[in-house]
Amino acid sequence: MSTDREVAILGAGMHPWGKWGRNFVEYGLVAARAALADAGVEWRDVQFVSGADTMRNGYPGYVSGATFAQALGWQGAQVASSYAACASGVTALSTARAQILAGFCDVALVVGADTTPKGFLAPNAGERGDDPDWLRFRLLGATNPTYFGLYARRRMDLYGATSDDFAAVKAKNSRHGLANPNARYRREVTLDDVRTSPLVADPLRLLDICATSDGAAAIVVTSLEWARAHGHTAPVRVAGISTVSPSYPNPVLELPNFATDSAAGAGADPAPTLGFKDSIADRAYAEAGVGPEDLDLAEVYDLSTALELDWYEHIGLCAPGEAEKLLRDGDTAIGGRIPVNASGGLACFGEAVPAQAIAQVCELTWQVRGVAGERQVEGARVGLSVNQGLFGHGSAVVVTR
Amino acid sequence: MSRTRVPAVDGWFTMDEQEPHLVGARGTESGSYFFPKALAVSANPAAPFEEREDVALSRRGRVWSYTTNHYEPPEPYVSPDPFVPYTVVAVELEVEKMVVLGPLATGADPSTLRVGMEVELVLGPLYEDAEHEYVIWQWAPVADSGSSK
Repeated sequence: MSTDREVAILGAGMHPWGKWGRNFVEYGLVAARAALADAGVEWRDVQFVSGADTMRNGYPGYVSGATFAQALGWQGAQVASSYAACASGVTALSTARAQILAGFCDVALVVGADTTPKGFLAPNAGERGDDPDWLRFRLLGATNPTYFGLYARRRMDLYGATSDDFAAVKAKNSRHGLANPNARYRREVTLDDVRTSPLVADPLRLLDICATSDGAAAIVVTSLEWARAHGHTAPVRVAGISTVSPSYPNPVLELPNFATDSAAGAGADPAPTLGFKDSIADRAYAEAGVGPEDLDLAEVYDLSTALELDWYEHIGLCAPGEAEKLLRDGDTAIGGRIPVNASGGLACFGEAVPAQAIAQVCELTWQVRGVAGERQVEGARVGLSVNQGLFGHGSAVVVTR
Repeated sequence: MSRTRVPAVDGWFTMDEQEPHLVGARGTESGSYFFPKALAVSANPAAPFEEREDVALSRRGRVWSYTTNHYEPPEPYVSPDPFVPYTVVAVELEVEKMVVLGPLATGADPSTLRVGMEVELVLGPLYEDAEHEYVIWQWAPVADSGSSK
């Protein structure tokens, strides 16, 4: 495994997830302070601030890198702000990594924070007849859970998944999150709790679908040289990052589209053997020189319980159609062969869009350091985080020790 | 006074009450299909700048998946008062080798839907105001479409 394209993660920090109703910048400051303290790095030593943007908090949210740099006190650091929907956090990390590996800086702070409205995420206001995100609500009432429901129903009809399989994902993640002080929901959820919660997008019920939350996460990343020079002989490392987009023709109906790509046409490229979600982790694996068999744990984006099962297959933990068996066998619970969402996942956090992908990396950092407390995955050394942002943003990170 | 039937979105489908179809685009070089044609949201990378011609998409396809929404969505969805659950169907078109979303036909029973069953394009109401009934394309189970239309 090559180390010349790796960077060190020296610090990780969060503001607890919840519905706090305060300004997102406050949360970001708490997370940044925690990450800097964890790293033993002074704010003045940070040379690059990479912000993950929020679209729901006005202009400061669009220029998050500068917003956080100003809130911490201008000190001349270079800044960048990234938006890639749910993948924003990893895009921000990728930008920071590129700056470090290119030699333009040694120390970077990556921050994402959000304050979210109650209920469904809705499109921007106004009559916007040329925006597919607006049109899907207007013409179809196709909310995000609508797409999740379509994927879940397909698992049932193709693979024989049951509503109880979906509920079992929630129950597992709720047990994992019990010991996570940053999780919003720390209560054991039973199959019956899920079964009796209201239907949202059939077959998915309220407890199958993640909430939206306020929260913030931050990490401090440095060059390996800088880390060594400051006494970190074997730091946690970012070994691979993926920010891929789909390859044509992508056969899966993606948010917010009305249709898939067409696989017809003589001039078309040969159909890729991998759908978009299959290709996301592949890129990070390739950069890191590892494969699914090397993983000790994974943090996957469980926007719905059924989507967690999809991810098992997309990241290569099992073949298509076998995710339910992996779950039923207990392989993906802490103590199992390949624990998934040891943090409790989005089931216990609720999504704070620009912070969530960074939070996944925080969890991997603590796990491979062996400091995750009661949710520690024994002997964890290699972890993968994966998610997908609206409009074609893949995102995955391999973290190693 | 009866309301005038108008499409809820211009140029995405024909208003032929008997045999409506979706209006897509076909690349003149690649032969790939695109929907909706009005939004240049996708292209075949083998021919990113090709000319496109309007094309009627297949009126029949097979269910890829489906879901019924039980919560009232936010605006700009125009919800009846009180809110009524509604079903969205994803349909695989054989010739075009693509999946297209649409509402389930008004009055069709979502409990009869199965992945792989055949459906057909029809027109139905989306919402209305004082002068207009806004019409949308819908997917109807083929067995139902003969008897109820």
